[in-house]
Amino acid sequence: MNAASVVDVRGLSVRFASDRGEIEAVDAASFDVREGEILGLVGESGSGKTVTATAILRLIRKPGRQTGGSILFDGRDLARIPEDELQQIRGAKIAMISQTPRTSLNPLITVGRQVARLFQLHAGLSAADSRKRALEMLTLVGIPEPERRARQYAHQFSGGMCQRVMIAMALTTSPRLLIADEPTTGLDVSTAARILDLLRDLGARTGASILLITHDLGVVATTCQRVAVMHAGQVVEIAPVRSLFRQPAHPYTRALVRSIPRIDREIVMEPVPGSVPSLLNPPAGCRYAGRCPWVEDRCRREKPAMTPVAPEHFVACFAVEDGRAAAV
Amino acid sequence: MADITETPIPLLRPATSTMRLVWLRIRRNWLSAIALAIIVAMILVALGADWIAPYEPDATDPDAALQSMSWHHWLGTDIYGRDLLSRIIHAARVDLTVAFGATAVALAIGSAIGAIAGHYRGLVDLVIMRCVDSVMAFPAFILAMAITAALGNSVGNVLLAIAITQIPTYLRLIRGEIFRIREMEYADAARVVGNPAWRIMFIHLLPNCLPPIIVQATLAMGYALLTMSALSFIGLGIQPPQSEWGSMTAEGAQYIVTGEWWLFLFPGLAIVIMVLAFNLVGDGLRDFLDPRMRGVR
Amino acid sequence: MGFFGYFLRRLSLVIPTLLGVTIITFTLTYVLPGNPAVVKAGPLVSPEVVKELEKEMGLDQPAWVQYWRYISGVLRGDLGQSSSTGRPVLEDFRQRLPATLELTLASLLIALLIGIPLGVQSAVHRDTAIDHIGRIVGVAGVAMPTFWTGLLGLYAFFYLLGVAPPPLGRLGSGIAPPTAITGLYVVDSLLTGNWKALGSALHQLMLPAITLGLSVMAPIARMVRSTMLEILESDYIKSAWAAGIPRRRVIYGDALMNALIPVITILGIVFGFLMAGNAVVESVFAWPGIGNYAITSLMTKDSGPIQSFVLFVAVLYVVVNFAIDMIYGLIDPRIRLD
Repeated sequence: MNAASVVDVRGLSVRFASDRGEIEAVDAASFDVREGEILGLVGESGSGKTVTATAILRLIRKPGRQTGGSILFDGRDLARIPEDELQQIRGAKIAMISQTPRTSLNPLITVGRQVARLFQLHAGLSAADSRKRALEMLTLVGIPEPERRARQYAHQFSGGMCQRVMIAMALTTSPRLLIADEPTTGLDVSTAARILDLLRDLGARTGASILLITHDLGVVATTCQRVAVMHAGQVVEIAPVRSLFRQPAHPYTRALVRSIPRIDREIVMEPVPGSVPSLLNPPAGCRYAGRCPWVEDRCRREKPAMTPVAPEHFVACFAVEDGRAAAV
Repeated sequence: MADITETPIPLLRPATSTMRLVWLRIRRNWLSAIALAIIVAMILVALGADWIAPYEPDATDPDAALQSMSWHHWLGTDIYGRDLLSRIIHAARVDLTVAFGATAVALAIGSAIGAIAGHYRGLVDLVIMRCVDSVMAFPAFILAMAITAALGNSVGNVLLAIAITQIPTYLRLIRGEIFRIREMEYADAARVVGNPAWRIMFIHLLPNCLPPIIVQATLAMGYALLTMSALSFIGLGIQPPQSEWGSMTAEGAQYIVTGEWWLFLFPGLAIVIMVLAFNLVGDGLRDFLDPRMRGVR
Repeated sequence: MGFFGYFLRRLSLVIPTLLGVTIITFTLTYVLPGNPAVVKAGPLVSPEVVKELEKEMGLDQPAWVQYWRYISGVLRGDLGQSSSTGRPVLEDFRQRLPATLELTLASLLIALLIGIPLGVQSAVHRDTAIDHIGRIVGVAGVAMPTFWTGLLGLYAFFYLLGVAPPPLGRLGSGIAPPTAITGLYVVDSLLTGNWKALGSALHQLMLPAITLGLSVMAPIARMVRSTMLEILESDYIKSAWAAGIPRRRVIYGDALMNALIPVITILGIVFGFLMAGNAVVESVFAWPGIGNYAITSLMTKDSGPIQSFVLFVAVLYVVVNFAIDMIYGLIDPRIRLD
């Protein structure tokens, strides 16, 4: 029943040293991305989504560092393999596209060259072959006049076009996992939709699994198969998309789902109450306690564990465990 | 990152807290504090050279010619038996006079012309700025060399030459600041209230211009010292009985082949220490007066 | 707009500057110091003779006529006579220019070869020992007068250790210069395979070039460091890491090529420092270049070479800065193609 995991993140913790103490940006986060699926990782800004993605590629920079957990990829822990081996994985087996396509391309290298050199590097192709493959790739991601465009520079491309180039670069070596960090931020609605279509389409065609990081549940609903919800550095709920939208379990997820504008139903939109708590020396226990309507003493002392509420649907919440929240 | 917490000192802080902040800043910039102490000490030494120097700078002593460091002559003696330490101490007068003097002259002239350019704008500004471009088209040292060569050898001419090369810096700084302030509302308000133009200039302009100018001037003193010593090293500006660190280094250079190293080493070291001090104080002042300027240039 | 527009805009700034430069040198040559006729005639001549000479030299004409004569002379390559060598200044210049060029280029090369990696390493290993060392070298390098570092080098490597040659020109005694092609001894001896001359030329060049190179290394390293720090945080470097591009290539390729653009713009200032330092270093090492020529002329109050040197350096400085702007425009596609 369960497809095999491409990447299995277990108990990942990341901390940043600051002048005023340790910032625990990710706290014992666990989730997996399965073969061929698109997993959404959602949460407000500052919830640790991007840090989690960066940690998978082990690109956390000082003053941050991974303080715990494992990231199993192909049965090996990415956190523990030598740097030069990891370099063979980055870009080749795990690729990443970012939320800032326009500034993520090197301004001094032609777009075609930036794609082509990845073929040279990861597939060992000759310069001429790489160039040919790069043009094919640019065509594939829907860049018109690829011959001409390949000779141009990033500043001559629009944001959407840059994102297409980023996708072309990410897919050069048919990676097993593609991490897409808010790939549609800053793009207009129709461009964003086309980029998402492209991702879905190419993911299916190349067999790459996708970890789609977003703060937009609407995007999750249309694009993903499963979704993991992050709050203040903790993963609070993981579920298939249908199950999550039909019966969100965690109070935070409920608030998020309620905050999506709907046209099919008359429903009052509410923002999530409060704001993401400070991650500086955070207290033990559930980090949603300060915003939660069902909070009790135990929530502030202990950290709830992931428990199943439905098939494939897990949540970390005492109130749900105790059945206090079931009726809502 | 850490800069976020560093706001300029608010004007309406209680005095004690301001003092504490000042003290904190000084403590963090201990290197600059030491450098400042060196400058002050050197000024005092230059002023009191007649009392402090152990020998007359020009007193020759054939019996003590070319001696290395000793208790009698801490830094050794030259071929005429003159005491090197005493000569370095007396030379400080010339060097510091030029360093401070050139900076002051450049500051005065540069600010005045900069204010004119900023005030009148238009054609006046255009002509002035083309002149500035032309002056800046020369490498500073080369221009100073040409001017000194043309005006003739004297300390005053060297001072003037160095000042001319430094005028553009202040001129542009003041002009830019005036243009910036003109755009701002409170200058308009002041004009409406009927303040005469010069009052607006001084009351509103000065507090804004002062921090960068003080920083710039401190750094410029180090540069003036370098230029002056290089000019006199190649034989410009200083007439023989007078001595200056650069010309003393040039005299000492002749003795390298015979191994009398102290003669070129110590006068040059005096230059290095003073330039270093000016630079460190300049950097410290930049931190102190305007944290936002840190890392700029 | 494109590159051509950029070119024209810059060029329109160069011409008034060159005009200003010549006015300044003209003023310094003819207007300011003692009457040139008196200087030329010597001190023991009657006022009538001086008047006669003034008329002959055109000094009784209005300033703008004199300026016109000066500028047309300069354009024809007439820089006057040197009273100490008795030859036209231009000829003396031509003979000495290669020496200056060789020293300047060698120093620039040294400064870039040390300054750039030092700046890169300081940025990559920020706030570690190498960064602190780089900073100390930078602060000290700026504070040390070039002539003094030159003398220190001479004392240590020539007098004490005996590894450097005596500071007496471009070749050791008894070594014939290589066949002149470019005039740069190192290049010429390489081209003609004259290894003996090459060895000697490099040996002589070593100390002056290091001295001059060190004096401009600090600003280069500082500039590289600060731009690298900024660029290493940029999105495209992060995406280069994520794309699995090897570390060396990310730092010395992707990042450095972007960091070098601002460095190119300060090369103009660096060149100015080099020209100024040149004169001093040439005189310390008796290097037979134009700077040394000008300084020797200072001693003999031979004004032709001095003012021509100043004019030459200023024009060269303006031209070099213009060229740097153009290179900058050519390298940066954001200027070239917009």
